[in-house]
Amino acid sequence: MRQALEGSQAIARAVALCRPQVVAAYPITPQTHIVENIAKLVADAQFQCEFVSVESEFSAASVVLGAACAGSRAYTASASQGIMLMSEVLYNIAGLRVPVVLTCANRAVSAPINIWNDQQDSMAVRDAGWLQLYCADNQEAVDTTIQAFRIAERCELPVMVCVDGFTLTHTLEPLELPSQEAVDAFLPPYAFSRTLDPRAPLSLGTLVGPDHFTETRYLHHQAVLDAEKEIIAAARDWSSLSGRMSAPLIRVDGPPGARIGILTLGSVFGTLLDAREHFGGEPVRLLHLRAFRPFPVEALRAATKGLSDLIVLERAISPGADGIVAAEVRSALMGADSPPRVHNFAAGLGGRDVPLAVYARLLEAIGTPQPRMSPIDLDRSQLSAAAGAP
Amino acid sequence: MTPPVDFQLLRAQQPRFQGLDPGHRACQGCGQALAARLTLEAAGPDILLANATGCLEVFTTAWPESAWRVPYLHSVFANAAAVAAGMEAALKAQGKDVKVIALAGDGGTFDIGFQALSGMLERGHDVLFVCYDNEAYMNTGVQRSGSTPHAAATTTSPAGVARMGKRHLKKDILAIIAAHHIPYGATASVAYPADLRKKVRRALQVDGPSFLQVHSPCPLGWGHGSELSIEVARLAVQTGLFPLIELERGALIGAMPIRQIHPVTAYLKLQSRFRHLFADDPRAREELAHLQALADHNIETYGLHAESPDGLDSEGADTVRRGGLRSA
Repeated sequence: MRQALEGSQAIARAVALCRPQVVAAYPITPQTHIVENIAKLVADAQFQCEFVSVESEFSAASVVLGAACAGSRAYTASASQGIMLMSEVLYNIAGLRVPVVLTCANRAVSAPINIWNDQQDSMAVRDAGWLQLYCADNQEAVDTTIQAFRIAERCELPVMVCVDGFTLTHTLEPLELPSQEAVDAFLPPYAFSRTLDPRAPLSLGTLVGPDHFTETRYLHHQAVLDAEKEIIAAARDWSSLSGRMSAPLIRVDGPPGARIGILTLGSVFGTLLDAREHFGGEPVRLLHLRAFRPFPVEALRAATKGLSDLIVLERAISPGADGIVAAEVRSALMGADSPPRVHNFAAGLGGRDVPLAVYARLLEAIGTPQPRMSPIDLDRSQLSAAAGAP
Repeated sequence: MTPPVDFQLLRAQQPRFQGLDPGHRACQGCGQALAARLTLEAAGPDILLANATGCLEVFTTAWPESAWRVPYLHSVFANAAAVAAGMEAALKAQGKDVKVIALAGDGGTFDIGFQALSGMLERGHDVLFVCYDNEAYMNTGVQRSGSTPHAAATTTSPAGVARMGKRHLKKDILAIIAAHHIPYGATASVAYPADLRKKVRRALQVDGPSFLQVHSPCPLGWGHGSELSIEVARLAVQTGLFPLIELERGALIGAMPIRQIHPVTAYLKLQSRFRHLFADDPRAREELAHLQALADHNIETYGLHAESPDGLDSEGADTVRRGGLRSA
């Protein structure tokens, strides 16, 4: 049954359907509605779990780590500064190969302080060794959250489900919440091969010196690469239960004959779908990069086949270099058969609205020489007016 | 007719549980290694450990070896209390009766781990947090911490013509713990193993958070012979510089009396970290007077004079000091 739910409410209910035994979180805008909704479900006895209201995101990540190692499915959510504060533990969770799920309600990172949406936060921890899945809409956020637990537990890797703050978390959309039966059929009870148990003591998090460190890191890298199979399997199996197929790695929408493609992550994909319909014009292939870690090199090469130009539109930058996603796209397409020219633009930094018109501006911009990366929505008039930064 | 059972003897003959195996890589005379072994002897096998980064983690877990016979998790430096809280939440959700112990040094307790510790205590997790207090960042090469005593020289509070070692006071961590009104908190010392074990058992019996600060000499960092660790630790107690006390819900319920109070110089002169205090220098004399005043203050505050009528004498410690009872 389709119902209108706020993104955060839908995510909270999807989490509850997955029956984590421990949820730990610290409030941060725009993640707050997710944890508030979970707290309410717990208070109303609609969801049995240990809800740990910690004193920082650093502890939130630490609590779910401890809980997962002690044998319980565990969940947390954060954003922005919270992800930054967690980052030491995020690396640690991944290096320990502990399966937890985190929702990142994507938000800009200070300074300047800004509570609105971009994706600088999750991009900043892209090298932590987590799987990262980006959601284009709230239905995908629900389905991905459920899939994330299975992927995490099968791969023994943590999964970050990235949803655009406000744009998705605070927006009402009609969507379908699955039944408890469907989720139970999809997601077996939590079982972690290295659960701490006094009857069979294990030491986790031991000191690894130069003799073994490279091999440990290599195995981690290999596990993240191999997770692609489980991401695909989860999407397939969930579609047979839910009737909804989310493209596991890259969603491709548009005519095969298109010569121009636009690749993006997150909710901007929906804007581009609407804009293409609105403006019409030349055929354009739209790509939504759902799996950013592992980075789906082969899927990207297949999805961009036949394109002469690929625009990478992203909501984070690496100051002094390029857009973060574009650099990886360029690298992945290097060596492919007649790869497209890659154009790189940022849009919607710090929550700036991305209107339909951006679509037309992008298509227009690639006809003229452009820097390797620039914000398509840059207001140059502010640059001369403002002598100093805000 | 059944002969009467000598419970003292029976208990003395029981082999103690050994949670930390020998053969690890601690320095000779390491107070922390001894403290961890004693903690586990009292705790028994039905526990999960969360350990902060530090010497203890380094000398017990060098892959592919581990000295632990109990489930052990080391995550990062600052989060032992939060990891332990997560373990406890999981065990509670699973309905398991397994105790959780967090182990950290003074850095992971007084300083970088303090916020997570305070949060864990405030939320009332059923966790015993044990701080092995060796009064500096020993693992990284003896840098000062919030626990370093006043006037002690470390590599980041060295003594020189312009400085007499650490300029600040040792943080009164137990007073801060007391302000959380947790069921049980105590100080202990590796020089009084029976007392330490008794406090671990008591801490694990309470329902809710408990805290134990164990004074643990570091021969390398404190600058004394490794054969002197116990003597140095004992003098810290007997001078009044490290009082052994117990708190319930933040209130003092017991203090180990000192039968023969030593001047602080007896403790300080054994350690090179205080060597500069014995120079012919008026500032050194002033600092010695300052440290003696701190010890005197402790003795007054906690009523450590043994001759005072004190029904709360920490008898385990006392018996050990007088020759010891293995069963204590």
